[in-house]
Order: sequence, then structure tokens, then C-alpha cells
Amino acid sequence: MAPPSYYMILSAVLFCIGVSGVLLRRNVLIIFMSIELMLNAVNLAFVSLSRAWGSVDGQSIVFFVMTVAAAEAAVGLGIILATFRNRATVNADEINLMRW
Amino acid sequence: MAEHFPLGLILLFPAIGVVFNLFVGQRAGRTTVGIVGAGVIGAAFVVGAVAFGRLLGLPTGGALTSTLWPWIEAGAFKVDVALRFDALTAVMVLVVSGVGMLIHIYSSGYMAEDGDYARFFTYMNLFVLSMLTLVLADNLLLMFVGWEGVGLCSYLLIAFWYTNPEYAYNGRKAFIVNRVGDAAFILGILTTVWVGATHGLWTLNFVELRQHIAWFGPATATMICVLLFIGATGKSAQIPLYIWLPDAMVGPTPVSALIHAATMVTAGVYMVARLNFLYLLSPDAMELVATVGTITCIFAATIAITQPDIKRVLAYSTISQLGYMFLAVGVGAFSAGIFHLMTHAFFKSLLFLCAGSVIHGMGGEQDMNKMGGLASKMPITCTTMWIATLAIAAVPPFAGFFSKDMILSGAYTSGHFGLWLLGLITAGFTGLYMFRLMFMTFHGESRVEPERAHHLHESPPVMTLPLMALALLCVIGGWVQLPEGWLWGGSFSRFLSGSVGIFKPALEASDLGLSILSLAVSLTGALIAYIFYIRYPGLPTYLAWRAKAIYQLLLEKYYIDQIYDALVSRPLFFIAQYVLFKGLDYYTIDGLVNGTGTTVEASGDAVRRFETGNVQHYALIYLIGAVGIAAFYLYLVMR
Amino acid sequence: MSGWLTALVFLPLLGAGFVTLQSDERAAWRSAFIFSLIPLAISFYLFAAFDPQQASYQFVERYDWIPQFGISYHMGLDGISLFLVLLTTILIALSLLYSGGGDIGFRVREFCFFMLVLETGLLGTLVSIDLFLFYVFWEVMLIPMYFLIGIWGHGRKIYAAFKFILYTMLGSLLMLVAILYLVFRARTALGHLTFDLPDLMSVPLTMNEARWLFAGFALAFAIKVPMWPFHTWLPDAHTEAPTAGSVILAGVMLKMGTYGFLRFAIPLFPDVAREAAPIFMALAVVGIVFGALLALVQPDLKRLVAYSSVSHLGFVVLGIFALNPQGVEGAIYQMLNHGISTGSLFLLVGMLYLRRHTREISEFGGLWQSIPIYAGIFMVVMLSSVGLPGLNGFVGEFLILLGAYLHTWLAALFAVSGLILGALYLFYAYERVMFGPITKDVNKALPDLSLREIAVMVPLLGLMFFMGFYPGPLLNRMEPSVLALVQRTHTHIARIDSPSATSAVVAELTKADRSR
Repeated sequence: MAPPSYYMILSAVLFCIGVSGVLLRRNVLIIFMSIELMLNAVNLAFVSLSRAWGSVDGQSIVFFVMTVAAAEAAVGLGIILATFRNRATVNADEINLMRW
Repeated sequence: MAEHFPLGLILLFPAIGVVFNLFVGQRAGRTTVGIVGAGVIGAAFVVGAVAFGRLLGLPTGGALTSTLWPWIEAGAFKVDVALRFDALTAVMVLVVSGVGMLIHIYSSGYMAEDGDYARFFTYMNLFVLSMLTLVLADNLLLMFVGWEGVGLCSYLLIAFWYTNPEYAYNGRKAFIVNRVGDAAFILGILTTVWVGATHGLWTLNFVELRQHIAWFGPATATMICVLLFIGATGKSAQIPLYIWLPDAMVGPTPVSALIHAATMVTAGVYMVARLNFLYLLSPDAMELVATVGTITCIFAATIAITQPDIKRVLAYSTISQLGYMFLAVGVGAFSAGIFHLMTHAFFKSLLFLCAGSVIHGMGGEQDMNKMGGLASKMPITCTTMWIATLAIAAVPPFAGFFSKDMILSGAYTSGHFGLWLLGLITAGFTGLYMFRLMFMTFHGESRVEPERAHHLHESPPVMTLPLMALALLCVIGGWVQLPEGWLWGGSFSRFLSGSVGIFKPALEASDLGLSILSLAVSLTGALIAYIFYIRYPGLPTYLAWRAKAIYQLLLEKYYIDQIYDALVSRPLFFIAQYVLFKGLDYYTIDGLVNGTGTTVEASGDAVRRFETGNVQHYALIYLIGAVGIAAFYLYLVMR
Repeated sequence: MSGWLTALVFLPLLGAGFVTLQSDERAAWRSAFIFSLIPLAISFYLFAAFDPQQASYQFVERYDWIPQFGISYHMGLDGISLFLVLLTTILIALSLLYSGGGDIGFRVREFCFFMLVLETGLLGTLVSIDLFLFYVFWEVMLIPMYFLIGIWGHGRKIYAAFKFILYTMLGSLLMLVAILYLVFRARTALGHLTFDLPDLMSVPLTMNEARWLFAGFALAFAIKVPMWPFHTWLPDAHTEAPTAGSVILAGVMLKMGTYGFLRFAIPLFPDVAREAAPIFMALAVVGIVFGALLALVQPDLKRLVAYSSVSHLGFVVLGIFALNPQGVEGAIYQMLNHGISTGSLFLLVGMLYLRRHTREISEFGGLWQSIPIYAGIFMVVMLSSVGLPGLNGFVGEFLILLGAYLHTWLAALFAVSGLILGALYLFYAYERVMFGPITKDVNKALPDLSLREIAVMVPLLGLMFFMGFYPGPLLNRMEPSVLALVQRTHTHIARIDSPSATSAVVAELTKADRSR
């Protein structure tokens, strides 16, 4: 079995990909998917550490994360749809009404 | 000594009148309102008379009492709504309800054509209720209820014809000036409580205060007496707070008769007499009362000489006569003060009612320059008013003679020669202005405007009957107190002695000599009036022209109103508007408050540039922050 | 554990929920009004069942809420809060009754909702003995009032609402800090966290600590009262609020400040209260004179009444800090008086505004001719407000003046000028509005009071006369609690003082008490 550090590194890489996606991409849907990626990177870290330390705490938290992620997906997609209906765009640069 | 008696009935009847006239009066019709309005006062008078009868059966110093309900109790402080009917109260109750009833009857004729008949009687009944509360109260605080209550009624009745802004203003002026006095009165009450409190008995009850008179040192007594007396100068129109009374004459004439002549304005005199035991502790306060009274007395009399308005002459005359009363109580002759209070109630209310009758007949005209020769047109009014004039001018055997004589001899025998002299001179002025008034109104050539002349008429019986009743009182009212040694001489003083003690003169003086002297001075005044206004009618104008400055000064009432306006009223409004409201409140305090808000807003404005609205910018900033924090902790761990 | 207080506090909230379910605005108003009558009935029962001999809390309810932090659901009623509870339920019911008559033009349902929530907040504040519970209710009452002003107000309503909430927040947050400090101090002293007032009262503090904490509480309450110079939110909020909002704001909410002094600031820090009394009395006197003078020059009738509140509340503070039974009882009495008479004045001004859509004094004149019933009622209310003997205002003002006089005669000397000025500004305004000729044609045909408006005013007028003639039932119920409070301020000595000094001071004070 691979040592936990491998999983941690993979998790970090996934997380960084997610971050770059959120920061760099313009399409809101992609940004949204990148967020999911970050969540899953964290999940991976939780699960692997949980196994490494022989505790179920991490695993139970993952269930929470997944639940929240599901809820978030529902709400987030709803928002995106509503925005698209109103503004006819999914480009994050153009969704900037909430500013000074 | 103290016997129970349902004194509450005396108050109950006027209270019924108030409620009836207020709620039912509008629909009940004039006759009913008039009958109820006067009837309840009559009923109060009857109960008062019964109580008086009971009181006569008690030994001197006895009283009837009645505790209605506990009023204010807080900590050790306790005041009841309790009534006490002693000799002094008896005189006041009978005068207030008796004269009040006559004036109510008169009013039902005088006000017959007024649209607000019920409202008028509501106020009048409320006034009598308050006045009776004032005189029946067995403690200072309940007395203060009546004290302010009469002030309120005075306000309401002065401003009765409220559509005239000037009348409304005068009403308010009366109330506010009274309130100034009342503020001092309250302080006096507080000091009294304080004195009792330091000895463990928190009381305002007159009997208890009298029992514990030893607690009051000369200094505290002086302070209390002076404060209460300031209250009295407001209510009883003495210098420096007399200014409201002349303006109060814009109210209906029966009001002037009842409130601003016979009863309310005498409340101050009553108060001093009621607290005589306290005033006697403080020679300084007594001296002050006597001096202020005397100065007011002569001061107001000089103004009265020049006024053209018939009611204003009577108003200044009232102020002057009140001065006499304060002179009396100030030198310690309390019963003389109360005696004059009583006779003054008779003759001054009669004078006012007669003046009202004249004004009624003249269709509202009050300027004496437009009267003259009315005697033939209004014989009853003229006759009764002459009787009242003789009474106020202290001509024997009319009522005023005995009372004024008693005051002047009191001043003389107590050693106040200066005050006595001023009082004597004022007697001359009294004769002058009263005879002037009579001559200008009823005698000489008629100066009545033609359009008024043809409907000149004598007043209806409902008005003239009270005049005759009062005229009778003006004749015989003084006989209750003949000079000592005559027939039943001194009986009034003896009756009152339980309440106000017996006046002990410091000097012996020939009463007869003093009487003749004051009578001579009065008649001199009358003679001058005769010369000026009947014999040589051109003379006053000539004299006014020659002594223009003095005449103007008197006509303008020494410019006191203008001085008060410039010294008190205007600065007050100026400070309130510009210094406090605009300067301090609006710009300074609120400026600071709003300035705080503006500062926060400006800083927010500077920072909000970071809010681009682009989510990714926020995420980037967030990331930088997160990395920064992580780096910081990493640095801490690594170090 | 009787449950009366819980019912009292939370039934309005239930009513608020019920109101939102109504589809029809008329029905919403009706149910809100009926729901406001229930706490009214309960408070009358509490008044009747209240034991006037007892100084401590009655109808006590106590349950653990968050035991870890020492927070409990602790409610009770004593002679100080009883009457404010009554005042609250009466005024809420009457202002709801009044608001059904067209004063609230839109969103009546939401309006009723906020009024009932406000009632819960107010009543909760009054009956809480636990400081955490108190603080929750204290903040709860701000929110509905914010919306009442901001939505149904007039003129610069948003500005007024903001100013109101920010001002009050500032004070209450400092108070929160003080509460927390005190609670942690209690842990070191008592060994456990507690928010319970009786526990906190026994926490020993150094004089310096007590001063700072007192300042935290006092600032919150002083803003709420409002004491000069923290009063500038008041004229704006009162003037722009809808009539019912002004009534509750002036009638009840301001009392929360003075009530806070009596319930918390003074009992918790009696030594500081004693020490700071001269300062507070001075500020109170300044407030009395200042408020009255400013009322004198206001061209807007409602703003005039608002400034008069500053003056009247000055009297209340003066009485509280006299720290003797007369002063404090007078102050409580005056709180009720002010609620009744100023509440009535706001109602009357609101009625006038409803008819003419202006409150400028210069727009009126001669109204007695066109609306005599209105003018007559206004007269009585005005007399009650100026403290005419025989009406309610006098009893309170006299007792306050007496208390102040016994504490510092100078304070009473200045305060009596408030009596003169109070009469001056009200009579001056009355004269310009009611007397004189009718100068504007619109004023000729004004309708006089409707039956509903009379029904709103009559209970208030009745209270004015009752409280003026027969204050006994009220004064004797507040007496034991007030005496206990006064006793505490006079005998409590900071623990740091040496025992000998303590007993000497106690002896001195008891001597002074006996002699006063």
C-alpha cells in the first residue's frame, strides 16, 4: 500500500488544479466544476488520513462534505440557470452587477 | 375640637355641575344649564352655611374635618385628600360660594346670547370647584391642587372668546406668569417637607405644621415664606408678577368679577393668613410681604388714574386693593386682611358686574371716553355702582370703610409709619380713580356714539337682581366687624382668632382720629375727581398735555410689559432658537453624530473600490490571504 | 413556576405568526388587535394578583437554557417592571386599535406583524432577570421598530431609522462588553459562569472596575432614555415614525433606558451610582431645560412633542438618581405618566396629520371652532403633560422634585424651571393651533374625532384622572421594590473598603436615612 504522503500530494495537486480553474476560467460552469474538484481533493485527504490514523472521524466528515456538495450543486446550478436566463451569459466577467 | 362633617359635599356639587355642563350641557338647553350652573353653587353655599352653623357651635379654634382618601404616599411621605373647615375656611367658603352663586345668576343673563353657553358654565363651575378645594384643603399640597386649578380656569376663561388671538395670548400670559409663581410655591412646599423630614415627620398638614412650629428656624421659615409669597405674587397679582391681571380683563365680565376680583386673586392673601404661624416666625418675610403689598398698592393706583378702559381701571384697582390686603397680613393684622378680602369681594365684584352691565348695555363698548351721562339710562346699575364706589372709597358706613380702616390702623399701630403713609395716600388715589370712573361713565355730557345710543338699555332683572343683592352686602357687609368697643365690635376678629390669632398692636392709637384722617384723604381724591371731570371737564386734557411725560408713563403702565418683553420673552426665544437649537443641537451635537456617519461613509467609499463585482477577483484575494496566513504560520513553525 | 410571564411574552409572537397567515388585511388587523388584548388581560391579572408587600420578584419562572454558560430562562416581575408591563400592553393595544383607522395606508398585515413582534421584545426586556435573556430581548425590540420607522414612516424615514438603530446599537454593544466582563468576573469570584442578575449583584468588584462597567451600562441606557447630549436620534425617529410607532417609541421604548438604570446599572454598581449621581442629575437638569427650550421653537407639532420627551425623561432620570424612595417612585410614576400623556399627544398629532397631511403649526389655527372634541381632549392631555395637579403628571413630578430636593436642593431649583417652560411650549403651541380665527379654509371643514379615535383616547384620559386622583394602588405596589433598591444603593459598599470604614459609612447613611 502506498504511503499516505502519496495521497496527500495527489490531493494537493487536485486542489491546485481546482484553484487555478476557479481563478482562471471564465465560464461559470467550469468554475463550478473546479470547486467540486477542490472539494473532492479535500475528501481524498480526509479519507486517506482517516485510514492512516485508523480513525473514522475523517470518513464521517467526508459524508458531510458530500452532502453539502450535493446541496451546493443544486443551489449553485439554480443560480447559474437564473443568471443565464436574465443575462444570457455564463461568462464570469460579465456577471459583475454586485459591485460598487 | 375637630368634628367630622361631610365636607366633600361642598366640592361634590360644583363637580356635578362641571360634569353635567360638559357632557349634557350642549343638548340641555340654556335655561337648564343656567339653573344647574348656578344651582350647584347655591347648593355648595347651603352646605357651607350648614357647616358654618355647626362651626359656630364649637369653641374658638374648632374645626370640622373630613378625610376623603389617601393621596400620595411614597416612603415616609404621605399626603391625604383631606378637608378642614375652620373659621378662616368658613369665611372663604361662604364668600366664594355666595358671591359665586350671585355671579353665576348674573352670568346666565350676561352670557345669554353667547354661543358657548354650556362651555362657559363648565369653566365657571370648575373654577368654583378648584377655589373651594383651595380653601378647604387641610394641607399645602391639596391646596396647591386648587391653586393651580384656579389658574387653569382663569386661563380658560380669559381665552374664552378664543377666536380673538389677543385674548388667547392674554390667557396664556396669565397662566405662564402664574406658573412662574407656582414654581416658587412648589419649592416652598418642598422646603416645608424637608424641614419636617429632618425631624422624622413628613407632613404638609397645616395642623401638624402648626404643632411642630418649633422645628422651623428663622432662616428656614424665611425661605419658605418668601418662596410661598412669590407664588402669591403670581396668583394675587403683586409686583413683580402682576402683569397678567390687567390683560385678563378681556375675558367675559362675570369672569373678571368672580375670578379676577372676588376670589382667585385673593388666594395669596388666604395662603399667607392660613400659614400665619409660619410667617410670624419670620419678621423679614412679613416685612417683605407688607412692603411689596404697599408698593403694589400705590403703584397700581397711579396707573388706574389714567386708564380709559373701564375694566382696566377696575383691574388696577383690584391690584391696588390686593396690595392693601398684603399690607394687612404683612404687618400681622391677618384678620384685617381677611376682612378686607371679604368686603373687597363684595364691592369689587359688584363694580365689575355693574361695569359688565354698562358694557352689555353699550353693546360691548369699554372705553369710558365714549360713555358719559348713562345714569338716566341705567338707573339700577348706576345706583348699585355708586354704592360699591362708596364702599371702595371707604366712606362710612359702607363695607370698605371698616376694613380699610382696620388695615391702616393696623399698619400704624404696628409701627410701620412709612407703609401707613403710602396706604393713606393710596386711599386718596382710590377715591380719585373711582369717582373719575363714575363721573366719566354715568355723569357729565354723553359722549356715546350715536349708533350705540339708541339701543342703550338697562339690563334684565336676572342681571340687576344680583347687583342689588351685592349692593346690600356692600352696605352691611362691613358691620360684622365694627371697631373695638362699639356694639358687637371686633366680633369678626374674634371669630377668626382660632385660625389666625389676635392682632396685638405695638402702639396705642386713636382709632377715631385715624379713621377721620383716611376718610378725609379719600374724599379729597373724590373732590379732585369732581373738579376734573364734572366741574372743568377740559382740565384732564390740559393737565395731560402739560405733564405729558408723566401722563404717558402712567398711560403706558410704566412700560413694564415692554420691559418684560425685552428682558425675558425675547431673549428666551432668541436663545432657544439660535443658540440652543441651531447652534448647539443642530450643528454641534447632531453635527458630531452625522460627522461620525460621514467619516465612516467616506472610508467605506475609499475601500469599496476593491469590490469589482467579479467573483474571481474575490477568489484571488482570498487565495492570497489564505496563502499569506499559511506562510506566516509556516514561518512560525520553521523558525 | 406559573407560566404567566411566558404566556405574556410569547403570545404576541404567536399572534404575529398568526397574522402573517391571514390573506385579508382587514382580518389581519382584527386578529392582531385581538391578540394584543390577550397580553393586556394577562397584565391586568398580574396587576391584581401582585402582592404589594413583597419586594422580590413574583411570578418567577426559571429554567436552564444554556447551562454550560450559566444562561437561564429566568423571568420575574417586581414593583418596578409591573407597571411598565401594563403600560406596554395598554399602549400596544390602543395603538393597534388606532392604526386600524387608516393611519397605516399599506401593508397593514406586515405592520401588525411588526407591532406584535415589538410587543414580545418589549415585554421580554421587562421581565428578564437573566442578563443574556435580557440582552436578546433588548436587541429584538430594535428590529421591528427599525422597520416600522423605515417602511411606514414619513419624510426622511430611512435616515431616521438608520440613525435610531445605529445610535442604539452603539450603546448596546458596549453594554454587551460590560455584561461579558461581569460574567467572567463572576466566574473567578463564584466559580461558575452566570448571567443571572441576583448572582451578578453579589460579585465583588474594585471601584475602578465598577466604574468602567457602570459606564458601559449607563451609556446604553443613557442613549435609550435619551439623556442630553445623546438625544439627537430622538427628534428624528419620533417625528418620522408612523403614529403608532411614535406612541410605542415614546411611550414604552424610552422607558427601557430608565428601566435599565433601575434594574441593572444601579443595583449592579450601587457605589458608582451613588458616586455618579450628581453628574447624572446635572445632565438630567440640562435635559429638562434644554428639551423644553427646544420644544418652544419647533415649527413642527410632532417634533415639539418629541423634544418635550427629552425634557420629561430628564425628570425621570433626575428622580432615579436622587436615590431616595420619593425620587425613584416619582421616576417610575413619571415613566407611566410620560407614556400615557406623550403617547396621547402623539396620537392626537397623528389624528391631525391624517386629516391635513401636515404637522406645521403655522398651517393650523382656530381648530377649536371646527373640531371641538379634538381640542377638548387635546387640552386635557396637554394639562396632564404639564403636570397640572389633579392629573397624573403632577404626582410624578412632585415626587421627583421632592426626591431631588432632598438629595440636592439646587437640582430641584433648576428643575422647577421645567414646569414653567413645559407649560410655555405646550400652551404656546396650543394657542397657535386651537385658538384664534380659522386662517386656512381647509381647516373649516375638518371632521371631528371618529368613534374609533374617541375609543382610543378615552382609556388614556381615564388613566390620567385615575392616576392623578388616586395613585395609591400604584405607589404601594412599587414601594417595597423601590425601598429595597434604595436600601441597596445606600448600604452597599465596595468590597475593597476596609470593614471599619464600611460600618462607619453604613452608620452614617442609616442615620441620614432616618433623619430624611
